[in-house]
Amino acid sequence: MLNFLTYFVNGISLGSIYAIIALGYTMVYGIAKMLNFAHGDVIMIGSYIIYTSMVTWGLDPLLSIVIAAAGCTVLGIVTEKVAYKPLRGAASSLAVLITAIGVSYLLQNLALLIFTANPKSFSSVVSWDGISLAGGELKIQGVTIITIITSLIVLLALQTFIKKTKQGQAMVAVSEDKGAAALMGINVNKTISLTFAIGSGLAAIAGALLCSAYPNLTPYTGAMPGIKAFVAAVLGGIGSIPGAMIGGLLLGIIESLSKRYISTQLSDAIVFSILIIVLLVRPTGLLGKKVQEKV
Amino acid sequence: MLEIKDLEVSYGMIKALKGISFRVDEGEVIALIGANGAGKTTALHTITGLLPAESGSIRFDGVELTKVPAHKIVAMGMAHVPEGRRVFANLSVLQNLRMGAYTRSDRDEISRNLEMVFSRFPRLKERQNQLSGTLSGGEQQMLAMGRALMSSPKIILMDEPSMGLSPILVNEIFDIIEKVKADGTTVLLVEQNAKKALSISDRGYVLETGRIVLEGKASELLNNEQIRKAYLGE
Repeated sequence: MLNFLTYFVNGISLGSIYAIIALGYTMVYGIAKMLNFAHGDVIMIGSYIIYTSMVTWGLDPLLSIVIAAAGCTVLGIVTEKVAYKPLRGAASSLAVLITAIGVSYLLQNLALLIFTANPKSFSSVVSWDGISLAGGELKIQGVTIITIITSLIVLLALQTFIKKTKQGQAMVAVSEDKGAAALMGINVNKTISLTFAIGSGLAAIAGALLCSAYPNLTPYTGAMPGIKAFVAAVLGGIGSIPGAMIGGLLLGIIESLSKRYISTQLSDAIVFSILIIVLLVRPTGLLGKKVQEKV
Repeated sequence: MLEIKDLEVSYGMIKALKGISFRVDEGEVIALIGANGAGKTTALHTITGLLPAESGSIRFDGVELTKVPAHKIVAMGMAHVPEGRRVFANLSVLQNLRMGAYTRSDRDEISRNLEMVFSRFPRLKERQNQLSGTLSGGEQQMLAMGRALMSSPKIILMDEPSMGLSPILVNEIFDIIEKVKADGTTVLLVEQNAKKALSISDRGYVLETGRIVLEGKASELLNNEQIRKAYLGE
């Protein structure tokens, strides 16, 4: 039972990281109607920034995360401006998708060039050891707890931002109807930029948590979590923020438990099979809405 | 107030507007009528910047609009009620109305404006917390009009406000347009329901495959033999 709990809590923690990444995917999809496959690599870049800041410059972990979030925000805005914006409207959605894959490889190779392929040993941004329960039988690591709390804060902050602020409401409007949003006086391009900025900033936070839990940083670190977060976003219903959260958590828990009880090698296969089954039963994902139009 | 000169617009190879000119004076209700595909919606979309003009000019209060991006138009005093309502389905009625006042910052004025919209559309007040995607077609049309009024516009462009509505609702919508006019707001009305549109308008223009083929006082157009045959079904 304790063993189960350990894996369950670890699953929630891993799922929380997927959820934070999935939020970036789902927000960008909701507003720009594009799948930003480079999103996972933004996590990797963010992690390298934190690594450089903490290890090379010897800065405080929290300050390092702030620097990485700022760096990734700029990266997000710049990639959107340079690579995706020129394709908006005119080109097919396939062109944007391929560009995103191109940006993904560009970032990976850039990291390869700057940081080499040698894995960097990431030191955790969380110095707290965690808690031990049931007379030391059940240990929960500090980073696990911090990850779960952080993701909850991120979700609440994001929901409040979207529901309560003018910019947040503008995001909802743009995601629904760009033309009508422009007629309201909303600058659609700025709103899309803002979405990329928020998504990329969140990616930096996800990078800090991911590399604190799995301290092996390479230029390919972001790729697999990126894909899984995409699966999480689709599972929850792409475009839906609570959906991304639930999808991420489910994915993390399933992955962790299947590693323990079924097979370590098969855990990824199981995760992707579940995606296929869910999509067969509910093509819009768990919380995805059917598009309904009234005439 | 609004003056369109030799406006040409194309969708790729297809020319949708072949040099149209018309004007709307302050306080008027102008009807732009014509069949499906005549270019009515294209004209409105080009005026508010949703479509680029190929050539020609659109002057609003002396300012050239052809190079102004769509999101800057509403703050200049021009609101557009688009065809098919296009309310934000995932936002509540109240949130939609607040979107209409997106570019304004004076809270007192906005809440006074909101009261005015609610008194004009009591149904919206009753349903203010409901998601607008759950409203009926007529209610959505009222919401789209209310949302446009929330920007306190000098001129309001309405695209097919009666489309798909029951006859009773159509009458209600046209009553509201008359009240909007009575409040001193200028209206440019695009309609397929030519008879109704002309009956509340001061002047009218008839658009046919991208050209204006007829213009004049609304009362004269209503009695015009050609129009009676082609658009009024008589």
